[in-house]
Amino acid sequence: MDMTYATAAAPTVAKRKRSAFARHIVAYLFISPWILGFLFFTLGPLVFSLTMSFYDWPVVGERTFVGLDNYRSMLFEDQQFWESLWITVKFAAIYVPFNIVMSFLLALMLHHIRFASGFFRTAFYLPSVISGVALVTIWSWIYSREYGLLNFMLSFVGIDGPNWLGDPNLAIIAIIIASLWGLGGTMLILLTGLKAIPKELYEAATVSGVPGWAQMVFITLPMLGPMLLFTFITSIISAFQQLTIALLLTKGGPLGSTYFFAMYIYDNAFKYFDMGYAAAGSWVMFIIVLLLSLGVMRWSAAWVYYEGEVRQNDGDGHA
Amino acid sequence: MAAIRIDNLRKGFGSLEVLKGINLDIADGEFVCFLGPSGCGKSTLLRSIAGLEDLDGGSIRLGERDITEVASAKRDIAMVFQNYALYPHMNVRKNLSFGLALNGMKRDEIDRRVDNAADILRIKELLARKPRQLSGGQRQRVAIGRAIVREPKLFLLDEPLSNLDAGLRVTMRVELAALHERLGVTMIYVTHDQVEAMTLSDRVVVLDKGKVSQFGTPLELFYQPANLFVAGFIGSPRMNFVTTEVTGQVDTSVTLNGGGLAHPLTLEMQSAAPVAKPKSVTLGIRPDKIELVSAEEGHLVGDVRLVERLGTESHVHISLENGGDMTAVVRGTHPVSARERVHLRLAAEHCHLFDGDGQAVARRLDVETQALINQEKAKRVA
Repeated sequence: MDMTYATAAAPTVAKRKRSAFARHIVAYLFISPWILGFLFFTLGPLVFSLTMSFYDWPVVGERTFVGLDNYRSMLFEDQQFWESLWITVKFAAIYVPFNIVMSFLLALMLHHIRFASGFFRTAFYLPSVISGVALVTIWSWIYSREYGLLNFMLSFVGIDGPNWLGDPNLAIIAIIIASLWGLGGTMLILLTGLKAIPKELYEAATVSGVPGWAQMVFITLPMLGPMLLFTFITSIISAFQQLTIALLLTKGGPLGSTYFFAMYIYDNAFKYFDMGYAAAGSWVMFIIVLLLSLGVMRWSAAWVYYEGEVRQNDGDGHA
Repeated sequence: MAAIRIDNLRKGFGSLEVLKGINLDIADGEFVCFLGPSGCGKSTLLRSIAGLEDLDGGSIRLGERDITEVASAKRDIAMVFQNYALYPHMNVRKNLSFGLALNGMKRDEIDRRVDNAADILRIKELLARKPRQLSGGQRQRVAIGRAIVREPKLFLLDEPLSNLDAGLRVTMRVELAALHERLGVTMIYVTHDQVEAMTLSDRVVVLDKGKVSQFGTPLELFYQPANLFVAGFIGSPRMNFVTTEVTGQVDTSVTLNGGGLAHPLTLEMQSAAPVAKPKSVTLGIRPDKIELVSAEEGHLVGDVRLVERLGTESHVHISLENGGDMTAVVRGTHPVSARERVHLRLAAEHCHLFDGDGQAVARRLDVETQALINQEKAKRVA
């Protein structure tokens, strides 16, 4: 009896398994364009670049396995590596806080204005979708010493405008300002965050006599924590990837004052055709950004609160 | 503690006039509910008292002080919001003390007030928790606690129980009543739930389209509704209405007939003043004051559309022969069934009469009911 039962049940189970398999195949087929794209254009190049970084890999000619030599010479023998890294760190140290603070102030303003808010939202966001090359063209005209808009406007208040892109001290500031031109994306994220804060929290604070500045410090900023963390990390990443504006606006000059780390990697790859060395540079950049991001994430535990998060109770409830 | 007086309060949003000249006198220590359907302006009125809305006109006095132009923080009020409005990133203790600390209160005094509120609301063991770690009822307690620590002259509560489930709502309702008893402070409570309003309030303000429709004790609203709106809004199932005509009036006795009434019906009014011109009036009767009777005794006739059996009572929905619907409440075991023809007898002593403008004609109440209403009023004054 048992055997008969088993024999009769078997085809049904097999059929079920087959149909489940068929259902999964269909699902995988649907997501296959993305999977293929990820494999060929993200994971593939990633693994490939890691492999390259252990080779002396000229574009033309034979490649040679050198182990960690590329990393060793970059870290201990290459002065330009440290100089470009230092310029990038300086840039990030100024760009990141400015990007976040200005985006936040702009978002705050757009959150509160009632007149033509849609127009201003679009106007502030629009520059962030303009391509890098078009942006640099605009800024090179703005910064032009003789015909530039900036110096033209300074002349109205009696200031003889400097050579923005030719002065080693001013060139990096010029690039920071041009980079901040695209803060619309960050602004939009923070604006979304501001709009998501329930207005009753402010009303409850108002009724309780909490002054405006305290509402900003103790309600707005903590409630924006996850958004601020996100923009902080993406700003660090974009600061370390700074290439287009510097490459087209100053070409790393004057006197190497805007020679960013990304440009250093770019030159090694496409000027000196040392692909292995450039790949090693890319991985060093990745590790630096990763460590910075992890550091920020760790630090954020002290000031970022997630609504869904349940932490350990802190003693008797005293702050 | 303080009384509150509102004079000709007006508020609009663009072309929409939400509050159309509100006048109210709320006594010191009273528990008053603002009751009305969605969009009647009850929350706007509460927010106006809180100072969260810019007014178009009128004035608000709290005690001896005109607070119309006073900033919300300086009105000496506290407000409990519908969605609690707890700061999610602060623990309960911080939520309670946040406003006090920023107003420069000393640490000892803050701790005293927080501990006192925690004792009253039985949330002492929750002080270290974040709002996320609390149940709906616990969050509601914390929200009320935040109001208590301010030790205000006036409590404003905006539908504070509407996010709770039915069982918890009943529990919290009882706790709120006890809290009012204990604190003795003036409380204004917004709700669209008439059970909450009737059970909690000393008096209820019924609002309709931005106007006060009636302001009275719960029993007054139920037994002496001022107009058709209040009569229809208070009571569940709602009051039944029949359009009929005044065919005669002798002193305080008014005789009605026509409009579907098979026999004349005589009601006793409070005064001998003429009832209505034109003579068309609306007769109102609560569902539990209708009897299913034989054809000879019935004032109205109709067909049963649906019987809802609730156990102790059954709700009988009837389509009247001359048009219109009516609901009768009968005992739970009554054998009436759908599609059955029924005859309805209206108990004259429980009928309400409304003139052509929908305003109630004061009816004579039975001694017992009148005594109950008087007792409620006396308790309020005391």
